[in-house]
Amino acid sequence: MKRKITLKINGKPRSDEVEPRLLLIHYLRDVLGLTGPHIGCETSLCGACTVSLDGKAVKSCALLAVQADGREVLTIEGLAANGQLHPVQQAFWDEHGLQCGFCTPGMIMASRQLLERNPNPTEAEIRHGIDGNLCRCTGYQHIVNAVKAAAAKAGA
Amino acid sequence: MIPQSFDYSAPATLKEALAQVSSGAKPLAGGMSLVPIMKLRLAAPEQLVDLGRIPELNYIRKEGSELRIGAMTTHYQIESSPLVRADCALLGETAGRIGDVQVRNVGTIGGSVAHADPAADYPAALLALGASLKLVSTGGERVLAAAQFFLDTFTTALDPGELIAEVRVPVSSGAGTAYVKLAQPASGFALVGIAARLVRAGNRIGSAAIGVTGVGPKAYRASEVERLLAAGKPTREAALHITGGIDVNSDLHASAEYRRHLASVYAARAIELAWSRTE
Amino acid sequence: MGTTTAIRTKTYVGERIRRKEDPRLITGTATYVDDIQMPGMHHASIVRSPHAAARIKGIDAKRALETPGVVAVFTGADVKEVGPVPCGASLPGLRVPQHSILARDRVYFVGHPVAVVVATDRYVARDAVDLVEVDYEPLPAVADPERALEPGAPAVHPEWPDNVAFTYHQEGGDVNKAFAGAEVVVKQRITSQRLIPTAMETRGVVADWRAGDKALTLYSSTQIPHLLRTLVAMMLGLAENRLRVVAPEVGGGFGSKLNVYAEEALMGFVAMRIGKPVKWIESRRENFAATIHGRGHVDYFELAANKDGTILGLKLKLIQDLGAYHQLLTPAIPTLSVLMIPGVYRFQNVFCDIVGVFTNCVPTDAYRGAGRPEATHGIERMVDILADELKIDAAEIRRKNFVRPDEFPFATATGLSYDSGNYAAPLDKALEIVDYNRLLEEQQQARKEGRLVGVGISTYGEICAFGPSPATPAGGWESGSVNIDPTGKVTVATGASPHGQGEETTFAQIAADELGIDIDDVVVVHGDTAIVSYGIGTFGSRATAVGGTAVYFALQELKKKIGTFGAMLLDSGDVSYRAGRCICNKTGKSVSLSEIAAASYRAMKLPPNTEPGLVSTCFWEPPNFTFPFGAHIAVTEIDRETGAVSVKRYVAVDDCGKIINPLLVDGQVHGGVVQGLGQALFEQAVYDETGQLVTGELMDYAVPKATMVPWIESSHTETPSPVNPLGVKGVGEAGTIGASPAIVNSVVDALSHLGVQHLDMPLTPERVWRTLQQHGGQA
Repeated sequence: MKRKITLKINGKPRSDEVEPRLLLIHYLRDVLGLTGPHIGCETSLCGACTVSLDGKAVKSCALLAVQADGREVLTIEGLAANGQLHPVQQAFWDEHGLQCGFCTPGMIMASRQLLERNPNPTEAEIRHGIDGNLCRCTGYQHIVNAVKAAAAKAGA
Repeated sequence: MIPQSFDYSAPATLKEALAQVSSGAKPLAGGMSLVPIMKLRLAAPEQLVDLGRIPELNYIRKEGSELRIGAMTTHYQIESSPLVRADCALLGETAGRIGDVQVRNVGTIGGSVAHADPAADYPAALLALGASLKLVSTGGERVLAAAQFFLDTFTTALDPGELIAEVRVPVSSGAGTAYVKLAQPASGFALVGIAARLVRAGNRIGSAAIGVTGVGPKAYRASEVERLLAAGKPTREAALHITGGIDVNSDLHASAEYRRHLASVYAARAIELAWSRTE
Repeated sequence: MGTTTAIRTKTYVGERIRRKEDPRLITGTATYVDDIQMPGMHHASIVRSPHAAARIKGIDAKRALETPGVVAVFTGADVKEVGPVPCGASLPGLRVPQHSILARDRVYFVGHPVAVVVATDRYVARDAVDLVEVDYEPLPAVADPERALEPGAPAVHPEWPDNVAFTYHQEGGDVNKAFAGAEVVVKQRITSQRLIPTAMETRGVVADWRAGDKALTLYSSTQIPHLLRTLVAMMLGLAENRLRVVAPEVGGGFGSKLNVYAEEALMGFVAMRIGKPVKWIESRRENFAATIHGRGHVDYFELAANKDGTILGLKLKLIQDLGAYHQLLTPAIPTLSVLMIPGVYRFQNVFCDIVGVFTNCVPTDAYRGAGRPEATHGIERMVDILADELKIDAAEIRRKNFVRPDEFPFATATGLSYDSGNYAAPLDKALEIVDYNRLLEEQQQARKEGRLVGVGISTYGEICAFGPSPATPAGGWESGSVNIDPTGKVTVATGASPHGQGEETTFAQIAADELGIDIDDVVVVHGDTAIVSYGIGTFGSRATAVGGTAVYFALQELKKKIGTFGAMLLDSGDVSYRAGRCICNKTGKSVSLSEIAAASYRAMKLPPNTEPGLVSTCFWEPPNFTFPFGAHIAVTEIDRETGAVSVKRYVAVDDCGKIINPLLVDGQVHGGVVQGLGQALFEQAVYDETGQLVTGELMDYAVPKATMVPWIESSHTETPSPVNPLGVKGVGEAGTIGASPAIVNSVVDALSHLGVQHLDMPLTPERVWRTLQQHGGQA
């Protein structure tokens, strides 16, 4: 039986009837057309589906859409404000923190969470902070550089 | 990738939730274990009751000599709680070693403990801390020591219709504690996880409590090691007894022989680290 | 006409230019296959074999078909008209099993597609998969290639009971003489374990059939849209011009999407049968079980040398685990290992035998490096074993055997001609960066303290820029088209279909420099057979060396035509072109590229024998491969108690010829090194004795995480390739090829004083701990 959910997506209210088993990632991608977050596994290890739920980075493939009822979801699509890239997005671009780009939306959302909680992380802390996001292209080094650069910019 | 269909409810009170659970609904806590296994269709509950909207299950507070933690408190809340850091550092250290940040943001202590994965992190700490669990059902409540709770792989003392409502942890003043873990490289679960809590008596160990996870079919207290440590045996020697009497797991990532060895090494490391933190 | 525009003096080639493709990727607005939505789109989900070998006695889809929303279920019996999954490699005597897109009467590996369910909704399709009842009669299976060669082993294909798909021999020089005269011979069995490529985006296909046009469009996450079009058109019996293939944004490939898969033709078949668009997205579990794996070697090496360390000859018996079928290039991959087995060394006597073995596993095929990591791992391990045997320093023995700078082009014993090189240069640089002599002293000190520290060197050579067409299975050229539109903006179309490499940026750098224009005025398009006339693809570190060169030559043609129009407009016989303007050398008057473009399309007046428009296409055929090289050094320390390896330093000095964009080259090196390090330390695809895939999920297959990899100190030497005018060689696979021997040599070095000669990958803590136990080195 479908349930009605009402939530805020990237700042805008939204309401839908969904099957309880509908995963949040499928709700975002297939129902709302927010295809920035990706699906890279089914065991919540890869982190490509990472979005922010009430300000916390979560893996949207391991949550049901009904669990997000009444909450606020921010996806990669909602990160840039007024045409300005978020500093973490900008740093990923500047530092070549991506190649195929598939992990990137999740990686950026996880990095954003990291910098919110720890504005000046060490290399080890950065690596720990993105441990829930797999990247097969970059070897992580330019991602580490990007997070450092975003931190430095924010601190400047 | 897609779970089977189920009915779903998200009550606002524990009372409503218990009514559902008593009629056979499967409780959904953070879902960090349950949802993936439903997606792989290794579990297919017909009815889910979501505990995520019950505010009375999410808290960390101090009552007397205990920290009381609501079952729906997330790993991140525990990891980052000043109260936990001050009064039960071991639990915070353990919470910080679970999964990854996204999992810690959603996964809950009650969910993890109820799931009773033999490689989960919390059980080692809860056993070492002498924690207890408040279990509730429509018929009332009971408090059970963590040591009596974990029965076997994915098997606990929870009765049908019963939920974990609260985790109670004695405040560890003066003890030195540590949680060390060798993570399975793919899953991040503990190949071996050792929680140690030591109380100093002068220049020697007065008492020791050692919880072990990842090694056997369930988490356990290494009582022989504890006894030897309290009797003044050297750490390395005592640690060799860490798997005494345990049917040690064997899998792709560590044979039983190697795991037994790792457990003794990590036990010694946990004890040494905890000792360095005693006051 | 004017002379006011400032002359642009900046060039892009050689600069750290950030990528043009990134804005869409960092904002979540790129379109991967699963992002495509179409009106009336259906969803497919595939029933796969849970058995490694079984006879199919019957399939009952009744319950699935009764499910509301399910529109069709197709099985092997329904797809008999569809041609087999193609193998593009041909070897003498190769046994090629019939490879139907859905199993007929038998299944040969876990994950083998048996049936496809089509429904209006992806959830319904998935539910209905569980309702298709397949009656299997399980059969004995064999998953280990050496076991498969034993007498009495289960036959993967009953028609070939010895499980041998092919044997292949290659030799050069006189190896018997070399071994007879050798003062020392070292031998070692070395494995390169099966790996799972694990592109972060799994495979996926959307098929859209327009019956009115008899036209099919296939959106597929592929590295080779044009080859896919040719081969799928043949499989489906479609005229090739009725099939369009689009590779949209592709989320990584590493060779795993350099293929033609059953599901690609199957979705075309489904769309044509149901008359609606259909989407299939592979789950990670399916990806692990049914997308190609890499490596899968058991190699028996013998190396002959003189006591001074001079290598005289090499023998190799190579057993290749092929899996149950040949995918596109499966049997060709080990032949690349043999080609590159001499590595960067001068010896001229080589004797190699390959046995290609069927097993009840998913096929192996090209995975980042494709045969060369196995070869490099083997030769670099053997050189270290020889050095250890002769007590010669690992750097010294390499220097002694390097091909010398004045010997290029160098003819190898395996018939290749190495284009250019200076093999000592990156080694010297790497040794300097790590401060080698001090490092060796520190190692001695550490040993005295009871610590296990190792220094591992690998000096690799590789073969890239595939390649001359006679030496590649499907043509080795690449296409490049440049189209300057009437307003003077430039579109470059390349047949090299990238999936993360950044060709939209590097090719734009080349075009912007050649035309003297701003890089923002260049757009690079790719990955659509309706836009790019034909092409080969991005793999084998070929995109820039071959595809970039095609673009370069197309630009040269176009510049001639620009000059012709410019001369006409300036009414001058003496013009030159620079910084986006055609200039009269006598008067100094000039016209801009956009003015020339406008005139060429308006065509009020045309130069003699000149057509309107500014378009040029080049299909460039390379005269040779290119041969990048480099030196990697890993410093490791072993935890004596647990066997855990930690990488303390990792230095990579790579020579990939001229560098177009250092930022992107570093990215390729980092990613490559981490994949090689993944093989060395963590990754292994494990099948049990019954052919079940034990590492069936990311829960058990350890793709390196950020916390598991070291900082990589990357630098370069630049030896231009004479094969192409850009001087580039290729860098996509270098890191992977260099890394695994550097790490393993380092760990073995840490243990060599205990008498350890070799360790097979992955160097899990348990494996190292067991070795320590056997050699009395555990704490």
